Amino acid sequence: MTAVPDIEFRAVTKRYGAVTAVSGIDLAIPPSAFVALLGPSGCGKTTCLRMIGGFEQPSEGQVLIRGRDMAGTPPYRRPVNMVFQQYALFPHLDVEENISYGLRQARPRLSSREIASRAGEALAMVQLAGYGRRKIHELSGGQQQRVALARALVNKPAVLLLDEPLAALDKKLRTDMQIELQNLQREIGITFVLVTHDQEEALSMSDFVCVMNGGRVVQLGQPSEIYDEPADLFVADFVGKTNLLSGKVAGLSGDLVDVALADGTVIAARKRVPLNRGEAVSVSLRPESLSLSAPGEGSLKGIVRNRIFLGSTAEYAIEVQGIGSLLAKADHLIGQGNLFKPGEPVAIGFAAGAPLAFPQLKNNGTNQREDQHVEILS
Amino acid sequence: MRGSLLRKNILTALLLAPATLWLVVFLVLPFIAIAIFSVGERAPEGGYQAALTFAQYANLPARATAFWNTMVLAPVGALACLFVAYPVAYYLALRAPQRWRLILLALIVIPFWTSLLMRTYAWMYILGGRGIPALLAYVGIEDLRLINTPGAVLLGIVYGYLPLMILPIYVSLERLDRRLLEASADLGATPLSTFIGVTLRLSLPGVMTGFSLVMILLLGEYLIPTLLGGGKVFFIGNALVDLFLQSRNWPFGSAIAITLVLVSVVVLIVANRISTRLSGARRVDLI
Repeated sequence: MTAVPDIEFRAVTKRYGAVTAVSGIDLAIPPSAFVALLGPSGCGKTTCLRMIGGFEQPSEGQVLIRGRDMAGTPPYRRPVNMVFQQYALFPHLDVEENISYGLRQARPRLSSREIASRAGEALAMVQLAGYGRRKIHELSGGQQQRVALARALVNKPAVLLLDEPLAALDKKLRTDMQIELQNLQREIGITFVLVTHDQEEALSMSDFVCVMNGGRVVQLGQPSEIYDEPADLFVADFVGKTNLLSGKVAGLSGDLVDVALADGTVIAARKRVPLNRGEAVSVSLRPESLSLSAPGEGSLKGIVRNRIFLGSTAEYAIEVQGIGSLLAKADHLIGQGNLFKPGEPVAIGFAAGAPLAFPQLKNNGTNQREDQHVEILS
Repeated sequence: MRGSLLRKNILTALLLAPATLWLVVFLVLPFIAIAIFSVGERAPEGGYQAALTFAQYANLPARATAFWNTMVLAPVGALACLFVAYPVAYYLALRAPQRWRLILLALIVIPFWTSLLMRTYAWMYILGGRGIPALLAYVGIEDLRLINTPGAVLLGIVYGYLPLMILPIYVSLERLDRRLLEASADLGATPLSTFIGVTLRLSLPGVMTGFSLVMILLLGEYLIPTLLGGGKVFFIGNALVDLFLQSRNWPFGSAIAITLVLVSVVVLIVANRISTRLSGARRVDLI
């Protein structure tokens, strides 16, 4: 028997007038997971979050929280709490009053002693003990973020919703908060649903990433799956850096296809969806799967145009005749002096199985197929 | 450097000059004159005669009824305005479709282009014997008296001062961050608790502004009660008109005027204190 998902979308569509923000999403978010809804702006991820929170109603389909259909349930009766973008803290209340706001709404009423003690615990949980009487505008961005977290979590929601919670913080603080959010989720053990457009954030924090594009879920999987086995060209391109080489299918053999690139080179690539001979495809090659060596070996040859030394690694921009510029990332091993200089000719190799071939994007920017199916995690 | 700074100062002075001149000639000087009059004596043939006496102030209780009536009319009228204005401002700021807002706001302001006197006369006819009561007589409701009642006065006041109450409340509601309302609902607050705890609370500065604005204007109001209330009840406004234009007791009128100004200032200070304290946007140190 599988557990009831904390959040379930059944054929959910959301339209605003003529615009379809979310189209026919089926999705099940397992209990006690940290899930990121990842996608470019306008992909429908925030709309999905707002439908869970109850601020939007689906035009079609059902949203279930812990197995209960939420149709007609207003936000104030849903067992979820949200950390809003830019926090939406109440400016007329101090920190403790903000945090205890939800507790004061509880019916039957909680005793003021219980409210005070739970608010105190929540403050301590986000390391703001002693800040209870501060005004919101006296806090830094990071502190406001913590208050928003405490204000949501103090109500012990079934699911915590986070709408781009780290977008307003500077990079250093963001990294700290990412770790803190992960720790909090493990400590409390409830499901966190995070909306973000930052793929690094999604990959680093979450147990599952749900990649969305054009109002649909394109792929749902663990971060490593999403990165290593992208479902389509959009995911391959959006998540992490990749090189996209266009070509045509020259031959088919089982899971592999031979792709003739623009310069005539034929490389073997794995396919994720059925392809036909002669079909135009894009081959995705991650920068770190490329290996550089002195000219002579390797299937592609090019000239180093640019090098960015990053300490443990070095990134190269390599000009390949007839194909264009490729990005390669090589580990830097101390004492091996394996750095190529701009202007040097190199041979580019890659592990078998590294290249992935996808049908090329249609004009509308999506590569959805009718038969595309999103697996539901157990 | 020095030259350009000087030029900048001269420019600033030039820009401020018309407003300053206006305020000095039409506000500061008359105020000083009134203050001087108020400690003077009435000349035998009326007007002002130089003296230094507080007799006029000591005589204020003679107009206690007018003061009392004004002190009732002003807050009650402002309160009535508030109750009518708040729902309108709320609808305009939070519910009306965006493209209708400007039009609706304009509709509220446009009547202001006609003189209040004219509009009040219009109400005299509407409420008078040949107005609504005549219409009601058709359907069998006889002998309904509308004009020259306290209700008519209240109606006139609400009608005349409504925009001054709506606009500041509208501005404060319009500025309200909608996500705060969502946050409140998200935290389990019913629409009513959200309204009281967030919407109303955060619009209080606008409410206080509108309230004090209308209240201060009502402190000097006498036209509407005279026209729609039948002139049976006297207000400070009536007293001032009477003392300056009829009995020509300028010093006594001045003393009343000064007292009125002081009351207005107190009202403003109190309203300001309350609204700063309630809005909570800034920390207020009450010394």
